[in-house]
Amino acid sequence: MHDPLIRRTRPADDPLSDFFWTSGADGRLRFLRCDKCGYFSHPPTARCPRCLAEGMTPTPVAGTGTIYTFTVNYQPWVASQQPYVIAVIEFDEQPDLRITSNVVGCDVDDVAIGDRVTVTFLHRHERWYPLFERLPRSSR
Amino acid sequence: MSRHPFERDAVISGAGQSEVGRRLNRSALDLTSEAALRAIEDARLTRDDIDAVTTYPGGYASVSHGYGGPSPHELQDALRMDLSWHMGAAEIPGQLGAIVAACMAVSTGLARHVLVYRTVTESTMQGQAGRTAVLETGDGVAFGMGAWLQPFGSVSAVNWLAPVAQRHFHEFGTRREQLAQIALVERANAADNPNAIFRSPLTLEEYMSARMISSPLCLFDCDIPVDGSTAFVVSHMDTAADAPRPPVHINAIGTRLQGRVSWDQYADLTSMAAAGASAHLWSRTDLRPADVDVALLYDGFSILTLVWLEALGFCAHGEGGAFIEGGHRISRIGELPVNTDGGQLSAGRLHGFGHVYEAVEQLWGRADARQVPGAEVAVVANGGGPIAGVMLLTAGRR
Repeated sequence: MHDPLIRRTRPADDPLSDFFWTSGADGRLRFLRCDKCGYFSHPPTARCPRCLAEGMTPTPVAGTGTIYTFTVNYQPWVASQQPYVIAVIEFDEQPDLRITSNVVGCDVDDVAIGDRVTVTFLHRHERWYPLFERLPRSSR
Repeated sequence: MSRHPFERDAVISGAGQSEVGRRLNRSALDLTSEAALRAIEDARLTRDDIDAVTTYPGGYASVSHGYGGPSPHELQDALRMDLSWHMGAAEIPGQLGAIVAACMAVSTGLARHVLVYRTVTESTMQGQAGRTAVLETGDGVAFGMGAWLQPFGSVSAVNWLAPVAQRHFHEFGTRREQLAQIALVERANAADNPNAIFRSPLTLEEYMSARMISSPLCLFDCDIPVDGSTAFVVSHMDTAADAPRPPVHINAIGTRLQGRVSWDQYADLTSMAAAGASAHLWSRTDLRPADVDVALLYDGFSILTLVWLEALGFCAHGEGGAFIEGGHRISRIGELPVNTDGGQLSAGRLHGFGHVYEAVEQLWGRADARQVPGAEVAVVANGGGPIAGVMLLTAGRR
C-alpha cells in the first residue's frame, strides 16, 4: 500500500499494547476484550474499566466501522507532505470503541462523517498500522 | 457542618505582566522575574511577603519548545524567596489548576501570599523555523497518549481539535461563517489593546479565504505564539484590609474531571472536559450565567471558545453557532463581552493566563479603552479536550 505519510512516528514498545501494533500480521484487527463481561477496552487496560475484572484478551473484530469525525491536515509539519485525512473511527462492535487513524485510498475532499470504512494494514517499521478505506456509500 | 467553598478564603491582590511580544529573545526566567516583581508591587508587597509559588506547567514540561517557563526552583533562587510551599505541575485542571493550588495553600494556612505565574517563550523558541507541531514528527518513538495519535500524523493540537469542530458542524449545522466571529470579535477588541500582536481589522472575507491548517480550522482559528509572562499574587482574605485596593474575589472554581479523558474518546466529543468543570463551577456558587459581565474563554483554537460558551450554559449545547452569529452578542457592547483583550487569536498565546489577567484588569476597572462599564463578575475558562479549569471572579467591595 502507498503510505500517504512521509513520516510515521512509531509507537514505543509497551507490554499492554504491543499486540495491537502486530495484530495486522494475519490481517485481523484486535482489541482487548474482558473475559468476564465482554467489554472492549481501548486504549488497552490491564483490567476491565467497566467491571474491573482481570483477564483481558486480544480479540478480533470485523474491522468495519463509521467515521465519527475527521480532519484534513494541510499544514506541512513535515516538508513536502501532501494533505492527509485524520479520522476518528467508531467500530461496529461497540459504540465507544474508537481509534484515531487515517482514511486512505480516496481523495481527501471525499470523506464525510458517517462514511462506512473497513480496515487495511500498512506494514512499516515492524508494525502493522491499521488504516481505513471507505466502503462504497451505496452499501450504507 | 457547612462551610463556604475554600476558594473564598483566597483573593487576587496583585497582577503583573512582563513585556509581551514576538521573538523577544529574552529568557523565560527574565520574563518571569519581570512579571513576578510587577505583580508583587501591584499588591504593595515585597518578595519577603511571598511564602509560596505555584505555576503551570512547571519547568520540565516539554510539550513543545518554549511551552514551559522556569521551574519554581529557578524562580525561588532568582528572587531569593523563602517558601513554605511550591508547585509546578501540568497534570492538574488546566492552567487554572496553579491558581486553585494557590487558593488551597492559603485556605489551609500553608501560605499567606502565593505568587502564581505562567510563562511562554514559544515565539522565540519556534520562530526561526515556523510553528512546530506539539508532538515530534520525525522517525522517533511515540509514548503515552501520543502513541495513539502520532503514528497517524495527528501531531498538533489543531489536529485534535479540528475534529471537534467538524463534529460540531455535522451535529448542529454550525458554519465557518459563524465560527469566524470568534476571530473577528477578538481582532476588533485587540484594536484597543496596545499589547496585542495583531490590531488591524480582520474581515469575514479574509477569514473565509484564509488557508486551511486542519479542516475546518483555518489560519485565523489558531492562536499566535508569543513570548511573555503573567503573574498574580493570591492572598488570604484576611490580608485584604491592608491591601491597596479591594481585591478580586475567587467566588468559585470548577475542576471536575469525568468521561473518557483524551482527545478522541469522549462520548460527546463536542463538550469534552469543559462540561464537567463548568457543572462543578455552578454547583459551588449562587451566581448564574446571567450574572456574568465579561467572559474570558480559552481560545487556543476558536472552536474552544464556542465549546466553553455552551459548557458554561450561556447557550444550549449545539447552539453556540447561532449564539455568536454576526458577532454582536459577544462584542464589547453586546450582552456577553468575550475575550475583550483580543484573546490568544489576536493578543497572543499567553496560554490561559492572559485571560485571567484581562479578567482582573476588567474587575479593577483598569482596562482603559477596553473597559466593560461596571464589570463586577468575570468567568475565566482554560483548556480544551481533556484539560479544563474554570473560575468565577468578582470585584471586591469594601
